[in-house]
Amino acid sequence: MKKLSARRRHPLAALVVLLLALACTGGLYAVFAPADKAKAEATAQSLTIDEGKKLYTVGCASCHGTGGQGTSDGPSLVGVGAAAVDFQVATGRMPAATSQGAQLPRKKAIYSQAEVDQLAAYIASLGAGPSIPTADQYGPEGADIGKGGDLFRNNCAQCHNFTGKGGALTGGKYAPPLNDVAPKHIYEAMQTGPQNMPSFPDTTMSEQNKRDIIAYLGAVNTGKTVNPGGTSLGGLGPVSEGLFAWIFGLGALIAVAVWVAARTAKARKS
Amino acid sequence: MSTTETTESRSRGKAPAGERVADWADGRLGIYSLAKANMRKIFPDHWSFMLGEVCLYSFIIIILTGVYLTLFFQPSMAEVEYHGSYIPLQGQMMSQAFSSTMEISFDVRGGLLVRQIHHWAALIFLAAMFVHMMRVFFTGAFRKPREINWLFGFLLFVLGMFTGFTGYSLPDDLLSGTGVRFTEGAILSMPIVGTYISFFLFGGEFPGTDFVARFYSIHILLLPGIMLGLVVAHLILVFYHKHTQFAGPGKTNKNVVGMPLLPVYMAKAGGFFFLVFGVIAAVAAIAQINPIWAIGPYRPDQVSTGAQPDWYMGFAEGLVRYFPGWEVNFWGHTLVLGVFIPLVLFGVVLGAIALYPFIESWVTGDKREHHILDRPRNAPTRTGFGVAWITVYMIGLVGGGNDLWATHFNLSINAVTWFVRIGFFVGPVVAFIVTKRICLGLQRRDKDKVLHGRESGIIKRLPHGEFIEVHEPLSQDALYTLTAHEQYKPAEIGPAVDENGVERKVKGVQKLRAKLSKSYYGEDGQIPKPSVEEYKEITSGHGQH
Repeated sequence: MKKLSARRRHPLAALVVLLLALACTGGLYAVFAPADKAKAEATAQSLTIDEGKKLYTVGCASCHGTGGQGTSDGPSLVGVGAAAVDFQVATGRMPAATSQGAQLPRKKAIYSQAEVDQLAAYIASLGAGPSIPTADQYGPEGADIGKGGDLFRNNCAQCHNFTGKGGALTGGKYAPPLNDVAPKHIYEAMQTGPQNMPSFPDTTMSEQNKRDIIAYLGAVNTGKTVNPGGTSLGGLGPVSEGLFAWIFGLGALIAVAVWVAARTAKARKS
Repeated sequence: MSTTETTESRSRGKAPAGERVADWADGRLGIYSLAKANMRKIFPDHWSFMLGEVCLYSFIIIILTGVYLTLFFQPSMAEVEYHGSYIPLQGQMMSQAFSSTMEISFDVRGGLLVRQIHHWAALIFLAAMFVHMMRVFFTGAFRKPREINWLFGFLLFVLGMFTGFTGYSLPDDLLSGTGVRFTEGAILSMPIVGTYISFFLFGGEFPGTDFVARFYSIHILLLPGIMLGLVVAHLILVFYHKHTQFAGPGKTNKNVVGMPLLPVYMAKAGGFFFLVFGVIAAVAAIAQINPIWAIGPYRPDQVSTGAQPDWYMGFAEGLVRYFPGWEVNFWGHTLVLGVFIPLVLFGVVLGAIALYPFIESWVTGDKREHHILDRPRNAPTRTGFGVAWITVYMIGLVGGGNDLWATHFNLSINAVTWFVRIGFFVGPVVAFIVTKRICLGLQRRDKDKVLHGRESGIIKRLPHGEFIEVHEPLSQDALYTLTAHEQYKPAEIGPAVDENGVERKVKGVQKLRAKLSKSYYGEDGQIPKPSVEEYKEITSGHGQH
């Protein structure tokens, strides 16, 4: 006790007391605050939308307008649907920094999934659009991987490469690599057509076909992919193979040649 | 005395088994004189002389592994449904060529490794030929009497390119199919004959059902057969001409200083073969090549981004990628200049390096034999030309991979393409000038070293306070090596009038030759090497500088 009283005039004492007080109040509030379990579904929904609107006003409205109607800095979000929001925000593409170059890159998501859902609910309330797919829509059950590969090569490989390693588009834009992208996000991308990608609505590509494609990517472009024959050198084909052949193949052989040539037979002393 | 008796008695009786076998063979093959002439054949020692060996050995490895692959490969375009080990292609329709390559990769013992050795060895074979060719070029080893052998080597490189192309097209996968389609486009772009050649090659419209079988014959029989013949001719000529060597004490234009073929080079070359095999096998075990299971079977309506040919065709790919898409209509016929001009350029660029030796010998007018190699710095114009040529080639390669440059260095593909377009014209000029300047600088340095010696790094203070760096005179050997090269005099057109005072007619060609000769060997073309008088004056007079 003596120790404590000795320090009561310490410059940081007031701060410590303040922190303690705040922690106490907060903790007490958390314990005694009324739990809203009893709320009806509809109220929960409208509450989600309300929360989403709050998040939207803080994080998105400066570019997309206060009611999602769009400004000169960002497109209108009326009718883009929850799927588009989930894809853009959960993959970190949105919110975009001021200068992103030619295209928004995939980066660490800023919002938690709960917040993304709230935002999505708000945007969905502005106008009808594709909703967030459920697990049985993009899950691997009943998918035909072989068919998915064929569909992928037919519809996606032009930009995303044979197994989804990505590729270049004009003017610095690009089709991003699909390594370990969540199946839900692949589904949403096909559904909504983000950035330069064309959209593949169910009328163009059925739910089953999308499931096939996702299953194919799961088989050929994840950490668990069976890929015999050694390191795949990025899966980029002959360019990386050529570099490897020159640097490690011929490079090693030249090193060996130098080594062999340096070891010459010595004239025997007679 | 007893020993003599035993040998005498043995010689009267039966000769040892080895001798009898050799005798038997000599009586039928005449190998004794052949062996006598060549067993002690001398080869000089330098690592760069082993680049040709790398080519030879990788070629042998390709043939050996290729034979294994032919045991399982089916060159047929008949459609089958896949039911092999690889899950993601289950139930897909594909050609037998593709499905048998899948079988080689997944179900044949050692099949994938041999396939990968075959393909990696091909890439390394071509790369080694490229480097070997550049070694011969930069050291002037193509000069008389080796011009024909230079052409043989060049032909091997070009044939290697097409053997590689027909080879990687065989599995009928989506990547190589795109390459074959590209080739068809290039053939079609040829005015008048293009359509006929294309229909002849593919047996009708692309892709038809024939090209795999035809490419197979070309890939395993026609081209390798010609190449094998050329390789043998190439080697015979190497034996016949004897190997070139770098200048040095004791080495003249009339001798070869080195080690005998037997036993030294037999052991070295034999060992080197296994080292080459080992390195290629290790590369093939470490890294995947052409994973057709990931690429998928070819269908003419499908295409993937990042579709490049193997590296040796990448330069042609680049030319087409960066050439503007020009197209003209000519009497109702479309001329696709955007493809046809690159096709011509492809031949022109390759032809330029092939014909260079003849241009140089015309400029020098030198009809003598050359067995001593040049150091690249002592032939600045040639070295500059070679580097300029490599620059054009490499710019083509960058252009061929423009999409990967764009994605991996966060660039715009349009910017890469424009860089390459401008670089195609500016790059070689800059490379030529810079290389020539560097060569001249190195020549000056050599001259300085000969006249003033090597900088020893020792600083001496003289009694009157002056500091000097002690230069150590070079050894006799080093002095010889640095001054052994001969320098041409620029060719003169001759006097404007003949002995009778009549104006001489000078042809334009002669003027061109004189001009070229001046740029090669004039004041700006080379630094006069130190003469004996210069050397004596500096070294005898007032000691160290």
